[in-house]
Amino acid sequence: MSQALFDKIESEQLRAEPLKFKVGDIVKVHTKVREGGKERVQVFQGIVLSIRGRGLNSTFTVRRISYGEGVEKIFPVNSPNVEKVEVERAGKVRRAKLNYLRKRIGKRATLVPEDKQRDPDQVEPLR
Amino acid sequence: MIGLIGKKLGQTRVYDANGNAVCVTVVHAGPNRVLQVKSSEEADGYNAVQLGYDDQTKPERQPKPLRGHFEKQGGKSVKQVKEFRDYSLEVNTGDEVPVTIFEAGDYVDAIADTKGRGFQGVVKRWNFGGGPASHGQKGWFRRPGGIGACATPGWVVPGKKMPGHMGQESRTVQNLEVIQVREEDGVLLIKGAIPGSKGDYVVIRDAKKRPKAAKA
Repeated sequence: MSQALFDKIESEQLRAEPLKFKVGDIVKVHTKVREGGKERVQVFQGIVLSIRGRGLNSTFTVRRISYGEGVEKIFPVNSPNVEKVEVERAGKVRRAKLNYLRKRIGKRATLVPEDKQRDPDQVEPLR
Repeated sequence: MIGLIGKKLGQTRVYDANGNAVCVTVVHAGPNRVLQVKSSEEADGYNAVQLGYDDQTKPERQPKPLRGHFEKQGGKSVKQVKEFRDYSLEVNTGDEVPVTIFEAGDYVDAIADTKGRGFQGVVKRWNFGGGPASHGQKGWFRRPGGIGACATPGWVVPGKKMPGHMGQESRTVQNLEVIQVREEDGVLLIKGAIPGSKGDYVVIRDAKKRPKAAKA
């Protein structure tokens, strides 16, 4: 009985419209930021390194090079502060985690060929 | 005072209005039945309400005196019986007290037994440092060291921290915020951690040191 209850509580927290992207995509993450009583939207653009977890506990990691320094941000998939995620370019990758990109610099770090075949509607929604 | 007997179900997290994740403990505190109302005007000599929680489907497992007590108020057997002094709600014997006596934003105290840890040494039980790990040390790693002086005073001070049984003691966690009250599930979501393991009984009462703003 207990597990069903937890599933119920957690499913209420999940976003109504699941995010659709894959590891290796270059995405724009729109997050709500509150500053001094005001709310604005911040955009973080980068490459999706990994998607982990299930349900309410799932997160994804986005990496970008900012002023020559690698920056990674981890977002909870179902956080209401993550407003939307736009896919700028679909990447073609052969593994689930792209941690090897951290060791690469310059062009070799961006060498994920575009997946032109992919139909955006066919991407499995994240849950 | 208001309060309920409940059962810890586990932990999860929910997002609050600002989008922050809040860790919560889920406590099943479904209807508690009022078993007895004690009053200072009667023979009891003090004001209290006795609540029962968790229906016992095999009443023959209860001790006979308790069975007789249940018989008096309708015959339904429960597993947990607890008394609350000076209950501030108007209740009668046989009433059911629902979770809705609490609401989101209230502060509560949670009283429960900690997880039992068995017979533990002094390092785990009292955070002693133990002995050095290197520099030629042998056989003096987790021992308590000296426990007193010599002929003066000639005994070990009472209360000296020594190995022994650890855990399974009643502990109160104060001022926990109620995040959600789910009437249909008979469940409270309480911010933070509560002692004990899943399935353990826990008493939830309004916070002693953070009383509710007086309601008109």
